[in-house]
Amino acid sequence: MLAVVETKPASVEAKPVLRVEGLKAYYQMNYFGVRREVRAVDDISLTIKRNEIYGIAGESSSGKSSLIKTIAGAITPPLRVVEGSVKFDFGGKELDVYAERPAMKAARWKHLSYVMQGSMNVLNPVRKVKHAFHDFAFKHMGLSEQDFRARVESHLQRIGLDPRVLEAYPHQLSGGMRQRLTIGLATVCEPEFIIADEPTTALDVLVQQDVLALIKEVQQRLGSSIIFVTHDMTVHAAIADRIGIVYAGRLVEEGPTIDVFERPQHPYTAHLIASLPRIGDTKKRIALPGKPPNLADPPSGCRFHPRCPLAIDKCTRENPPLVPRQTGRVACWRAGEVEAA
Amino acid sequence: MTTLLELDHINKDYRIRGFLDRSTLHAVKDVSFSLEVEKPEIFTIVGESGSGKTTTARMILGNETPTSGHLRFMGEDVAAIRSRAERLKFMARVQPIFQNPFEAFNPLTTLDYFLFATAKRFLGLKDQANIEAATDRALNHVGLSLAEVRGRYSHELSGGQLQRIAVARALIPEPKLIVADEPVSMVDASLRMSIVNLFRDLRDTLGVSIIYITHDLSTAYYISDRVIIMHRGDVVEAGDAKTVLGHPQHAYSRALREAVLPPDPVAARRIIAQRMASAKAAEARQPG
Ligand SMILES: Nc1ncnc2c1ncn2[C@@H]1O[C@H](COP(=O)(O)OP(=O)(O)O)[C@@H](O)[C@H]1O
Ligand SMILES: Nc1ncnc2c1ncn2[C@@H]1O[C@H](COP(=O)(O)OP(=O)(O)O)[C@@H](O)[C@H]1O
Ligand SMILES: [Mg+2]
Ligand SMILES: [Mg+2]
Repeated sequence: MLAVVETKPASVEAKPVLRVEGLKAYYQMNYFGVRREVRAVDDISLTIKRNEIYGIAGESSSGKSSLIKTIAGAITPPLRVVEGSVKFDFGGKELDVYAERPAMKAARWKHLSYVMQGSMNVLNPVRKVKHAFHDFAFKHMGLSEQDFRARVESHLQRIGLDPRVLEAYPHQLSGGMRQRLTIGLATVCEPEFIIADEPTTALDVLVQQDVLALIKEVQQRLGSSIIFVTHDMTVHAAIADRIGIVYAGRLVEEGPTIDVFERPQHPYTAHLIASLPRIGDTKKRIALPGKPPNLADPPSGCRFHPRCPLAIDKCTRENPPLVPRQTGRVACWRAGEVEAA
Repeated sequence: MTTLLELDHINKDYRIRGFLDRSTLHAVKDVSFSLEVEKPEIFTIVGESGSGKTTTARMILGNETPTSGHLRFMGEDVAAIRSRAERLKFMARVQPIFQNPFEAFNPLTTLDYFLFATAKRFLGLKDQANIEAATDRALNHVGLSLAEVRGRYSHELSGGQLQRIAVARALIPEPKLIVADEPVSMVDASLRMSIVNLFRDLRDTLGVSIIYITHDLSTAYYISDRVIIMHRGDVVEAGDAKTVLGHPQHAYSRALREAVLPPDPVAARRIIAQRMASAKAAEARQPG
């Protein structure tokens, strides 16, 4: 039995399913009267199409988790949206995440699922796996207990898990099975949009390819869109249709995966790609000089300028806007000059 | 040649208490290898989780005693070290670096305090000027200085800086051997390379040998001199790193090698497409 993928009219197809505009989300803290602000998401705009896998890359602490948490509408203080908007379009119905909170709450999990970083831990160690599915999905599916169970079982079978895992405790399962379960949880409601933070980071190497193939298979079958974060560029290479590169809270480059790998336009992206080790190649990889930026007090102008081999005077003063270039967008005063460097 | 470290048919069993029965888990099975003083090297242990890497590391560090076999450091049986003074001397020469830099440091004390304590303990220094000099020297080896670290707390620094400080801490006692258990598994590619480059520099400039434990074959290939591949406690393949990782012979090593995704979208996509096709074929074969 194959699920029929609903085909959408062309006009709907062309409209992005997610539109993020000028989004700023800061951690605003108050330590004994001293105010501190960490600008983790700083003026990010992006759109994601239906049926698209969009990967977000960047070094640790660059704001990747903060960004997708904000997109998921899953933020808690001290993280606050300071400016901008996050809008979804679910079957022609617009949902403004930070304007219509009650509507969002009601609609969210039916259309959207969010898999947090380290979510293999969503499985409560002292409760059987079936309870996780019940807690997570039962309310949103509007099915009887019996039909719900049948639906979950067939869903698990589809992603290569024996339905008997429902009666198991998480520790009785291998890491690969737990990861499959997490994907099962994220997709059981057949959401149109899936948001995942480092979905494969804790995974054993031997199961990684199967899990990535599974993510891609489920995405294609449901026709959903995925936005995911990982610092592992090989995972982006394997499944992302487009990549967004984040540096110090800003999107510095975005484009189709193959183009970003083959013709990076931003010096930071070029560095990221060049630093990847490959078996069979012992050519010395140069690490980025200097320190990662402090998001409580980011550098002036282009935030990458203190570490950039191509920086000129202008870069220290003026923040380069993210503008279309080649097949994507890039924010750099010297965009495209990296190959010459 | 003087032998720095020798593992001589090392086994480690754990007694597991199940629901109704007891059983024995062979965490490490008959592992033997040795490192020479005159030939500092990066010796890598590769394997999936549960293959016995950490257990091996803990035995080398003297934190765990082998069930059978002998583990010798500079000719002395590590299990026979009894006195506190002897133990401290051993610990100074074999230093660990742990996986998560954020957990390695106490969040409530400043990092310099922590480094000074290491200098006092292992070098027996009392004079503050000497303590600071030894700390600064170790920090210089990792591209930092005491001036940059003084008075700072771990939460004020990035993961990469903390990982460097963790390496500097391990260098203070001037060890001959560093045991690094998955030091890069939590960090991104650029930082990963900066840490493994640092290991290479330490080997070349200080003559320190490093036991590098990882499941990342790409960095293992990049920096290792020799490698062993462990699978469920057994060493399934051992030898020159470029040969073993470039052309693995054992079926398990080959599976590990094939599981590495290339940092190349065209090749990586082809692999994922093949996986999807074979999953589909398997599904079609299943009745119902
Ligand atoms: N709860 C928090 N309170 C204060 N600052 C935080 C908090 N969580 C994250 N940050 C800071 O926000 C920045 C971005 O973090 P994060 O989004 O987790 O980055 P990434 O996922 O790219 O590693 C970092 O500087 C981090 O220290
Ligand atoms: N203290 C212990 N008691 C019982 N079993 C243990 C203990 N430490 C490790 N093990 C088991 O020994 C095996 C090897 O573990 P470990 O050395 O941690 O592997 P790795 O570091 O390669 O992941 C695993 O099956 C693990 O569960
Ligand atoms: Mg994160
Ligand atoms: Mg381990």
